[in-house]
Amino acid sequence: MIKNVKVYSTSTCPWCIRAKQFLKENNIEFQNLDVSGDQLAADEMMAKTGQMGVPVIDVDGEIIIGFDKEKLKLALGL
Amino acid sequence: MKIYDLIIIGAGPAGITASVYAARQKLDFLVISLDVGGQAAWSGDIENYTGYQFITGPELAQKFQEHMLQYGTLLKEGEEVLELEKSGPVIRIKTNKTDYQARSVIIASGKKSRELKVPGEKEFKNRGLTYCATCDGPLFSGKDVAVIGGGNSALDAALQLIKIAKQVYIINNTAGLSGDLILHRKIEEAGNVRVLNNSSVTQILGEKFVQGIKLKTQGQDKELAVQGVFVEIGLVPNSGFAKGVAKNPANEIIVDAHNQTNIGGIFAAGDVTDVPEKQIIIAAGEGSKALLGVFHYLSGNNF
Repeated sequence: MIKNVKVYSTSTCPWCIRAKQFLKENNIEFQNLDVSGDQLAADEMMAKTGQMGVPVIDVDGEIIIGFDKEKLKLALGL
Repeated sequence: MKIYDLIIIGAGPAGITASVYAARQKLDFLVISLDVGGQAAWSGDIENYTGYQFITGPELAQKFQEHMLQYGTLLKEGEEVLELEKSGPVIRIKTNKTDYQARSVIIASGKKSRELKVPGEKEFKNRGLTYCATCDGPLFSGKDVAVIGGGNSALDAALQLIKIAKQVYIINNTAGLSGDLILHRKIEEAGNVRVLNNSSVTQILGEKFVQGIKLKTQGQDKELAVQGVFVEIGLVPNSGFAKGVAKNPANEIIVDAHNQTNIGGIFAAGDVTDVPEKQIIIAAGEGSKALLGVFHYLSGNNF
């Protein structure tokens, strides 16, 4: 089953880079939303989480704040 | 339980460099770290690491990581060391996941951001207040922000923010900025920075997100409307888990010329130590020195 994965990130944040790297290594397709250039994405992220820290990862509606590898693995069923 | 030759705690410039030397000495070792790259990964532009006239923190951290992992080094990422204790010739390490044993240890756990300790700081963390301009700066495009601090890390944060934010305030609690003069000039040249000297933050204000700060400036109470607060008031060493290890009053681990602590077999390197000057290149050099110290210790003790 393919899950819908969105990553809210900025290009400079090290944890964002690592999170995206982790998804790629596990062959998970995801949509990258750069909240620094995309105000709508930034607003969406803040509305979903009530906070501004990146990365935020949305796995089929399950929201993970930060690069929490264990939570992410659970959400992805890895 | 398996006994490793060496366990390296931390994977910043010091820990990673130690790991490269350890791999080349064919030691049986592992690296335990919460993150990879340490503070280097959070730095903005780096222009003083020999060989790189210009590189960003995340890029340098990535290169460090590639260098470490090309030897197949065992890295326990996301693991936090809670306790460390030597009994007999063996050092026991307890983490938030499991226990380990080793004949030697290099503590290279670095430093973390010092907190302001004012009302509102915890509530607004990641709601406009942050300790990482590199990560979160881009979210404040076109907004007014305050950088708290007056040293190199504050100036580095301010210089990242002038390109993004509308207005940058630097809230400095001394009479004038410290840090490198080349950074002072860049700050002066920017049109959208105001430096408030002799000023300290007393409260973070807001509802859901940060809306302002309260400060005492030249003895007067004042409020400043900002949407972002970047705390850059220095660092504290991650040395709390190393209970029996001697530290200076700043909680930095005291090491000798060979990076040995007061306990045989326990070495330390990088920003967590009392070695003067905290620089990426110094931490890296200290990491290699610590590993060579470990190598002599292990061969001298016939383990």
